[in-house]
Amino acid sequence: MHTRLHLKTYLLIAIMIIAGPVGNLLIAKAMKQAGEVKFWPPSQWWLTFIHVFGAWTIWAGIAFQLAFIIAFMLGLSIADYSYVQPAAALGYGVVAVLGVVFLHESVSALRWAGIAVICFGVSFIRNTHPKTSENPS
Amino acid sequence: MSEFILFTFIIVLGTGGELCLGRAMKETGEMERFRPAAALRLLGRALRVKWIWIGVAMMAMAFFSLLALLSFESVSFVIPVTALSYLVGALGGIFFLGERLSWQRWVGIGLVCIGVTLVLIAK
Repeated sequence: MHTRLHLKTYLLIAIMIIAGPVGNLLIAKAMKQAGEVKFWPPSQWWLTFIHVFGAWTIWAGIAFQLAFIIAFMLGLSIADYSYVQPAAALGYGVVAVLGVVFLHESVSALRWAGIAVICFGVSFIRNTHPKTSENPS
Repeated sequence: MSEFILFTFIIVLGTGGELCLGRAMKETGEMERFRPAAALRLLGRALRVKWIWIGVAMMAMAFFSLLALLSFESVSFVIPVTALSYLVGALGGIFFLGERLSWQRWVGIGLVCIGVTLVLIAK
């Protein structure tokens, strides 16, 4: 029973730490492609809408963000908030790896050190039981 | 003074909103089966819990506070402070959700706070 709870929680956290950063990257890319967003005069609204929502990347980004929120909510139904929230910080590591692999960015030693400390912290949290509170009936 | 108020809004309302989502999901119950249909049914039930909407409103206020603060403060100053949300989240978990935190979880949360601060400073 406990192993199944751990597995379900790990799976949902894995979805969160991948879907969240990927969604952010796609939305950021879409906003850069759209150029400077103008809200004034009001006649610009439609143009702004087409620029922003005309790119497939914004829809892909929204889909990934939606996956993140669903995984977060389902995670909170089976595990503690104080377990899921810090574990999701592993997403910072995913962002760094995605940046290096796909965007050929350089990541500073300080940032890698921070990611290593996050992983070390999550390894402590992983050793605790995911759920310590009861659901109110 | 306005900086302090906006920082408080970002951390307290942002984390408070997530805690409300946690409360809503606890009231909704666990997924019976790990299947898409069961997940959708659970999320549908959760939307009828008032805590979801309180949480979404608080998270929206935190988001607009962040935008307001970023309009006159640098990102490198604002974002690392948000690492405090992990500490506020742990306290909220204890007092609002009735979670019991072991020393291991406290150490883990402390390390995550330090790690996130390092990552954000390094940007």
